[in-house]
Amino acid sequence: MDTLIAQLQRQFRDYTISLYHQGFLDDQFTELKKLQDECSPDFVAEVVTLFFEDCEKLISNMARALDQTGNVDFKLVGSSVHQLKGSSSSVGAKRVKGLCVTLKECCDSQNFEGCVRCLQQVDIEYKTLKAKLQDLFNLEQQIVQAGGRIPQVDI
Amino acid sequence: MVCEMETDQIEEMDVEVLSSMWPDDVGTEADKQFNVEKPAGDLDMLKEVTIKEEPTIADLTKLPELLNSTHQGTSQITNLVKQWNYMHDNASRLLREELLNLDRQREEAEAKELKIIEDYKFESNEPENVPVLDETSDLFRKFRQKKRDVLVDRKKIEINEEFDTVAYWKQKALSLEKMLEASTQRERRLIEKLHESLKTMESHAAPVQELTENLKRAEGFLHFILQNAPIVMGHQDKDLRYLFIYNKYPSLREQDILGKTDVEIFHGGGVKESEDFKREVLERGKASKREITFTTDLFGSKTFLIYVEPVYNKAGEKIGINYMGMEVTDQVVKREKMAKLREDNAVRKAMESELNKTIHITEETMRAKQMLATMSHEIRSPLSGVVGMAEILSTTKLDKEQRQLLNVMISSGDLVLQLINDILDLSKVESGVMKLEATKFRPREVVKHVLQTAAASLKKSLTLEGNITDDVPIEVVGDVLRIRQILTNLISNAIKFTHEGQVGIKLQVISEPSFARENALNAGADEDNGLTETSVWIRCDVYDTGIGIPENAIPCLFKKYMQASTDHARKYGGTGLGLAICKQLVELMGGQLTVTSRVNEGSIFTFILPYKVATSDDYSDDQDEFSDMTDHQSEPDDTTEGYFQFKPLLGSIYSNGGPVNGNDFLPHKVMLTSPVKLINGLVADPSNNTEQSETVQVENGGYVDESKLETSSVHCPESAHQYENGNGRCFSKESESCSSSQASSESGTLEMESELTVSSQREEEKADTDLKETSKPKILLVEDNKINIMVAKSMMKQLGHTMDIANNGVEAINAINRSSYDLVLMDVCMPVLDGLKATRLIRSYEESGNWNAAIEAGVDKKTLENDQVCVRSTNRLPIIAMTANTLAESSEECYANGMDSFISKPVTLQKLRECLQQYLH
Repeated sequence: MDTLIAQLQRQFRDYTISLYHQGFLDDQFTELKKLQDECSPDFVAEVVTLFFEDCEKLISNMARALDQTGNVDFKLVGSSVHQLKGSSSSVGAKRVKGLCVTLKECCDSQNFEGCVRCLQQVDIEYKTLKAKLQDLFNLEQQIVQAGGRIPQVDI
Repeated sequence: MVCEMETDQIEEMDVEVLSSMWPDDVGTEADKQFNVEKPAGDLDMLKEVTIKEEPTIADLTKLPELLNSTHQGTSQITNLVKQWNYMHDNASRLLREELLNLDRQREEAEAKELKIIEDYKFESNEPENVPVLDETSDLFRKFRQKKRDVLVDRKKIEINEEFDTVAYWKQKALSLEKMLEASTQRERRLIEKLHESLKTMESHAAPVQELTENLKRAEGFLHFILQNAPIVMGHQDKDLRYLFIYNKYPSLREQDILGKTDVEIFHGGGVKESEDFKREVLERGKASKREITFTTDLFGSKTFLIYVEPVYNKAGEKIGINYMGMEVTDQVVKREKMAKLREDNAVRKAMESELNKTIHITEETMRAKQMLATMSHEIRSPLSGVVGMAEILSTTKLDKEQRQLLNVMISSGDLVLQLINDILDLSKVESGVMKLEATKFRPREVVKHVLQTAAASLKKSLTLEGNITDDVPIEVVGDVLRIRQILTNLISNAIKFTHEGQVGIKLQVISEPSFARENALNAGADEDNGLTETSVWIRCDVYDTGIGIPENAIPCLFKKYMQASTDHARKYGGTGLGLAICKQLVELMGGQLTVTSRVNEGSIFTFILPYKVATSDDYSDDQDEFSDMTDHQSEPDDTTEGYFQFKPLLGSIYSNGGPVNGNDFLPHKVMLTSPVKLINGLVADPSNNTEQSETVQVENGGYVDESKLETSSVHCPESAHQYENGNGRCFSKESESCSSSQASSESGTLEMESELTVSSQREEEKADTDLKETSKPKILLVEDNKINIMVAKSMMKQLGHTMDIANNGVEAINAINRSSYDLVLMDVCMPVLDGLKATRLIRSYEESGNWNAAIEAGVDKKTLENDQVCVRSTNRLPIIAMTANTLAESSEECYANGMDSFISKPVTLQKLRECLQQYLH
């Protein structure tokens, strides 16, 4: 049992580190983890879930706006991307945040092509992150179920 | 003689003149006559002739003719004689005149020479004059001879006259002719001589003339000087009587001065001085100068520069003085004015530089203090982050080792915080802001804790001991925090500089020291605060067996940033602040800090402080409580315990395993306490909720066990204070940080517990009364992003705060209108009304007291008006921007719109903590 936990823990640690190293996450995610305590044990998951919901909504908003060929409401896109940027920044979704910055720039310069391309990338990115975090949470759950402690991962 | 000579000369002259005159007037005639009458005159010749030629022809006929011609000849001769006589007379007269003339000239020249010689002390005896006189004398001799000759001749002639007249006359005429010739020659010679002597006279006259001219020039120069020099000159004899005086501006006549002394002439100031000065010069025989101010009736107050020199005669005796005085009154006045001016200038300059210095120092000090404060704050903020994080970390699941390490980390962090607080304290003491608190505390406890704390971080094999005499009261009143601070400082110093042996604290009661008696009045004033208290002076010695302090280093020991030597500073480190703080604190409390030390033997730092003794009633209560509390200790403590000793237990934490001494030689009672054990003991001990400790918890959270009593006594008055002035947050904040650092330095693990307690209690309080709520800061978060809200809220929770949420600027304004907040965290970029605009409107409300600006901006009028009655904060509400750090949300823009600070997104726990620390006092 202990070996399993240890293995899971190591796996968890490695996976977390890889997420950081690959730029999916940044320190803000660590901040979030710090906020998770006995009072709110699923804090990170809750926030992340909320974030992905937000992503979905905002991205579809933007996609709709960009779909209005010739009459794109860049302002709408801008405010949405700002929201998304804030959220991703708060969560520590580094790649998404980076893309949001680029998207915002494209939006500010009314670069339709750029906006579309960026939006697509954001869409891909957030989905990737979602999957990865899902894996991470699964790992956590497994550890907890196995009676282990979720290890502190120092980045 | 002269007369004789003259007559002789006349005679001679007669002869000479005759001969000289002869050829011109008579010569030719006589010659003719003689030639004609020669045969007739000369009888012998005539006879011979007549015998030869005319004895037969004319005897009688020719005789009358002859007779006639003889008569004629006789008369002619008589005439001639007469004429000669006349000529003679004439010539002699002329000669005499000439001689007289010459004589007179010579006399004149001589007189002149004599005069010159006399006048200018020319001691020469005209060498060229002598030859002239000699020659003349030679001439006299010759003349005399000639005269004799003439006389002889004359006799002869007289004789001849009688016998042979013609021949005689012939002869006589011839001789006269010769004499005349000779006379002429002599005359010529004399004339030459005369010319010569005249020439020499002329050549003699030239240098005289020159000298005379020079004299005249010199005289003129002297006159000029005398007439124009503004000086008084005088010559005085040995008795200082004036023999000569020259004064350009004479106010007295000469006869008033000459023959008198200064004292006889003048009266008034300076006269005596000048007289004395002259006498002095005379006695010393050395010329000298002096400035003397006279105040006489005659010419008022005048200053003279006087130069006096002694005068000697040829034998070298002093015969008087020359003195010269010049009036320098104006110059003296000017000089004095200048001196005064210069003096004033110097004084002014000195003052100026002093002032500049002071200004400079003040500026420097202010800058330094500002810097210190800023620095301290700058250090404190991140440090509190570190400590805070560590505290949070300690709440997570940790194994034993991790927890131990974390405890050390937290306590170290707290020590650093303490140090920074020290620095701030120092500047507070210096600026007079530091307030002392009078709280009840137990000196034994304090000593024990200080030693315990020191022992906890002890890395040397030192024995720490505390020795308190029995007469020290169980409880006294004083500022325990400061006293602890002093003790801790001194002890840590002692430990730092001691490598082996003991470090200890000794407390004893002493009689009132002499330095304090002057302050007795103040102490008396302090005493009438209702409590029945008596003062006691306690002397505290902190001794060690360390390296000691050289005597010459002691004076600068208490100076800031100074250590005994730079070597020490290098070797032992340290800021050099500790002792300065101690000394200032002790003095602030009315005591005295001194040091005695011997190199290589150790030092004793002694501070004497006055304390008030608490009443015995309190004491008994406390004791019960205290004994209750200490029950759980493995070695029950005794409040009257007078001796503690701590041995280092290096092995327990540090692996270097220092020697652990046995208890054998401990004289009284030994407390062997491992800091870890102590901490664990405290953590494990939940039973400390006596009445008083509850109060403590409200303020500080469960600050427990031994230190509890002390802290309670510390903070009770504070909480009272808080309600009094309604501005208690800054106070409680300070006390919280103080107590927390204090607590954690002793038992770091407790800190998190206390944090938790605080937060849980606050949540309870939220439902409670308003009164309680005032002690808890109200925070408003203005943010539209749900995720951000969630994260921030969670962070706030971690930090022990709750907060209200507004989703945009309008909601924020409404919220602020409804109730007063202590802090607003404002997102910049928001829908409806962004953070910048909202902040502007809030500021406008603060200034004007109404929301008109907001209403104009389109905020719902109704809600605002309805709630206008609500109490609004009179203070400026701290608004912190939360920016994404983009160009659109620059910090400058935040400040420009009235925000106080900004947090860059994403918000982290640390940033939030710093912000709260800064703005929630």
